[in-house]
Amino acid sequence: VLLCQCSCYVAEDQQFQWLEKVFGSMQKKGLQVTILSTCPVADYKTQESTLTLVSPFLKALKTKEFQEQVCCPLLEQPNIVRDLPAAVLSYCQVWQIPAVLYQCYTDVIKLDTVTIEAFKPLLSSKVLKSLAKDASESTKILKKFLTTSETHNNIYI
Amino acid sequence: MFIPCDRGGDSAAPDFKGFTLLMPAVSVGNVGQLAIDLVISTLDMTKVGYFYTDCLVPMVGNNPYATAEENSTELSINAEVYSLPSKKLVVLQIRSPFIKNKYRPFCETLLSWVKSSKCARVVLLSSSHAYQRDDEQLLGTPLRYLLTPDLEKAVGGRMKELNWKEMEKVAAYPGISDTEKVLHIPGGGITKLLFTESCSEGIQMAVLLKFCSEGDNIPDAFVLVNYLNEWLQLIKSEVNPSSQWKIPSSWRLLFGNGLPPALF
Repeated sequence: VLLCQCSCYVAEDQQFQWLEKVFGSMQKKGLQVTILSTCPVADYKTQESTLTLVSPFLKALKTKEFQEQVCCPLLEQPNIVRDLPAAVLSYCQVWQIPAVLYQCYTDVIKLDTVTIEAFKPLLSSKVLKSLAKDASESTKILKKFLTTSETHNNIYI
Repeated sequence: MFIPCDRGGDSAAPDFKGFTLLMPAVSVGNVGQLAIDLVISTLDMTKVGYFYTDCLVPMVGNNPYATAEENSTELSINAEVYSLPSKKLVVLQIRSPFIKNKYRPFCETLLSWVKSSKCARVVLLSSSHAYQRDDEQLLGTPLRYLLTPDLEKAVGGRMKELNWKEMEKVAAYPGISDTEKVLHIPGGGITKLLFTESCSEGIQMAVLLKFCSEGDNIPDAFVLVNYLNEWLQLIKSEVNPSSQWKIPSSWRLLFGNGLPPALF
C-alpha cells in the first residue's frame, strides 16, 4: 500500500507533470487508487440551500473499472470535481485503472475532528480494512492529534 | 491525444474516415460548448473516447447526459469524443478552460488527430464579444461563418443559398484607412488560431459563430445550434426547431442553489 500525501498546492499547469511523476514509476497492473479530498460545502450544487444541509458529508466518484462497493452516495450532477483530485481520477479513467475519489464537503476551513470523522466509513472498506488498527479507537486518536495543534490556532496570545 | 474507450483485443478502434468533426471553442458565454451539449444530448450520441491532454484544466463529474439512474454513474472528464456513425458525425466536447500558453500545442495536437483520423471536415462552434461590433455589425443577424479555402470550394455556394453572412475583416489599425484588413475574433478563444492554422494546412474547416455577451447564454446556444442545423440538417427543422433540442440534465442549477428559507 502506497500512501501519497499532498500537502502543498499544485498549480493547474503542473498537475499533469505531477501525475506523470507519481504514476510513471508505478506498476499499473493490479493497481487500485483511492483519493481523499475535501472542499467547501458552499460549492455543492443542490436544489435546496446549502445552509439546510447537514455537513460534513461524503460523496464519491469512481472510474469505470472500479467494481467495489463505495462507502457513500455518488456525486450527483451537476456537481463536478476540479484540481489535483480531478487530474488523478481523469488519468485513472483514461488508462482504465480502478479508482475511487471520496470528496468531503465541509463548512470548516481548518482541520477539525468532525471533518476527519466524516471519512470514518472508509475504514471498513475492503481496501483499508486491513490497515486500520481498531476503528472504535479512532475518535480518541483523532482528539489526541488535534489538541497538539489547537494551541497554535488560538488568535489570542 | 485521442484514447478510445474500448481497448479490448477484438474491438477495432473507431473509424472516423470521411466524418464531420464538430467541436466547440471555449469562448465568450461558452456558447459553442452549450450548443455541443445540445447536439450530443438530442442525438443521444455514444461516447467513444477521450481527448487526453495537458492543455485543459482537469475536471471530472458523472455523466452529464444522464437520463435515468442506470446511466448516471459513468465518469466524464474534461474532453471527450462522441460519435454517431449513421450521420457520419464525430463530436469533441471540451468542458474546461485552456491552461495558459497551451493554445498552440492544443491546436497542433488536434489538427494532427484530424489528419490522422482522415476526418473530411471540421466545424467549429464559437462566439465573439458583442460589444466589439462596429456600427454595421450591430444591425442584422448576429451570426457569422468562416470557411477555409479548401472548404470554400466545396460548400461556398451552399452558404450563399442560405444567405449567410461571412465574418468581416477589420482594419488592422482602426481609424486609419488604407490599412490591411485582418481577421479579428475577440472573445473567441482558440478560434482564430485554429482557423488560420487550418487554412495553412489545407484542412477543410468551417467556423460558425455568434456575437454575444456573458450572462444566460442558453438562448444563444439554441440560436447557434439552429444555425448549424440549417446547414448540416442534424434534426428535422420543423415549425419550431428550438423545441426539438433536448436539454441535458447537467444544465440544472446553472445559476446556483435554492435560496435559504430564512432569507425571507
